[in-house]
Amino acid sequence: MEKRVVFRSAWLPYVLVAPQIAITVIFFFWPATQAVWYSFQLQDAFGLKSQFVGLQNFVHLFRDPVYLNSFRVTAIFSVLVAGIGIAIALLLAVMADRVVRAAVGYKTLLIWPYAVAPAIAGVLYAFLFAPSIGIVTYVLKGLGIDWNWIINGNQAMLLVVMAAVWNQISYNFLFFLAGLQSIPRSLIEAAAIDGAGPGRRFWTIVFPLLSPTAFFLLVVNVVYAFFGTFGIIDATTQGGPGTSTQILVYKVYHDGVKASDLGGSSAQSVILMFIVIVLTVVQFRFIEKKVNY
Amino acid sequence: MVENRPLLTFASHAVLILGVLAVAFPVYVTFVASTLTLQEIMSVPMPLVPGDQFMANYSQVLTAGSTTGSKAAVSTMLFNSTVMALGIAIGKIAISIIASFAIVYFRFPLRMFFFWMIFVTLMLPVEVRIIPTFKVVSDLDMLNSYVGLTLPLIASATATFLFRQFFLTIPDELAEAARVDGAGPMRFFWDVVLPLSKTSIAALFVIQFIYGWNQYLWPLLITGDESMYTAVIGIKRMIVGSDAANEWNLIMATAMLTMLPPALVVLLMQKWFVKGLVDTEK
Repeated sequence: MEKRVVFRSAWLPYVLVAPQIAITVIFFFWPATQAVWYSFQLQDAFGLKSQFVGLQNFVHLFRDPVYLNSFRVTAIFSVLVAGIGIAIALLLAVMADRVVRAAVGYKTLLIWPYAVAPAIAGVLYAFLFAPSIGIVTYVLKGLGIDWNWIINGNQAMLLVVMAAVWNQISYNFLFFLAGLQSIPRSLIEAAAIDGAGPGRRFWTIVFPLLSPTAFFLLVVNVVYAFFGTFGIIDATTQGGPGTSTQILVYKVYHDGVKASDLGGSSAQSVILMFIVIVLTVVQFRFIEKKVNY
Repeated sequence: MVENRPLLTFASHAVLILGVLAVAFPVYVTFVASTLTLQEIMSVPMPLVPGDQFMANYSQVLTAGSTTGSKAAVSTMLFNSTVMALGIAIGKIAISIIASFAIVYFRFPLRMFFFWMIFVTLMLPVEVRIIPTFKVVSDLDMLNSYVGLTLPLIASATATFLFRQFFLTIPDELAEAARVDGAGPMRFFWDVVLPLSKTSIAALFVIQFIYGWNQYLWPLLITGDESMYTAVIGIKRMIVGSDAANEWNLIMATAMLTMLPPALVVLLMQKWFVKGLVDTEK
């Protein structure tokens, strides 16, 4: 879509886009190009010399069991975060949509976790589930469960998943509620007159009509699990114990900042950029479809 | 409601109340812990009713920070967070609104090229270009400064898109009338476009304020100096070791103080928040 009426000036539009373009070039394109450049380089231990090694960093990565493990951890983490987060939010949204008058009140009580920084969500959960003093740990111990996420990798994963789901639930809830409220009442009423009960109506009418929202949320949640959860991981497990919660983004940070492996970390950045591009394309293809439906 | 099913309505309320309680529980425990002494927290299980140390803990963190971890005062950190959040929110809105105005209301060579350049930044989140971006900022001598905290984060594809979408809905007659009356483009921008954009600006402001306030990785990298810590980083720096080594009462008081401003923004500006969230994802 274009404007029919436009203004004329030889210089003004350039001045107006200049700040945005300058920041984009300096802080986005230049560093991204550098990341690609570094990914083809190998640095010596002191960072003094570097030589061009072609795809060697990438070959090393895909032969490195630690890196492949990080892929596996990220896959498990994002499936759990997206799956659990979407399921709980859908349940709450369907319930809130039923109790029409009270929905606004429940909405207010459920949206505020969005305002909590992921790192703080991590700190809260680390405290609740602290192995020696945590209040939830105490209850679990009473139930005969030995809880210590500092040494147990599966429990560490569970901890970061819970914090991530808690942090993201309001977002999913809001989109599902908006989706539910845009379904025409007449469809539901017609089904009810034909004798379909609430369960049947949900699975045959509501759920199919919500599927675009659900798919959109799936992509957003996967992106969130990949990148947005850095703060949660760093504030709680720091990728540990061992590498059992070391997701890809955390490994880029760990290798680049803590282990000063510039080439390897940059190669990982390039692979991550590729993943983001694929996810963004998927998201936009989907949005184009939604416009038509 | 399609039909009356009291049992199902009751179940709905039950599930929702359970959900609300589960969501609120971590923050309730945080609040309780922030009003206790360290000894009370360490005595397992810790009490679940607020104690009497509210004033002591909060005044301690606001003025002096923790004693075992970071010693920066939380009031300074909250100020830094405020500067960063406002800088990012206002900066993003300012540079995006003028860029979209240029792209919608002018025809000039490279117009679509610029548009796509801004679009592509969606695919380069800070997490994937950590080290090179850090190097650029360090070369520009912006470490440990407000400029370094805000400037690299204020380019915004989403805000540019949102304003572009909105400008396209402004009737052409308004621009035509302005031109007939002899108003230049900037006059049109100030007197017509800006007042019409108020709603979009408010919605974006809420989303970007929260985004800025909750930044973690970026400030973690570039603030080595205690006096430049943001509140979110400050909490992380107060955690020094295993469970018993931390002053949890002070950490939790800081967590409460850090959650409060963005939570208030969401709750008080709920209408704009929901609009902003839905619009920026379109």
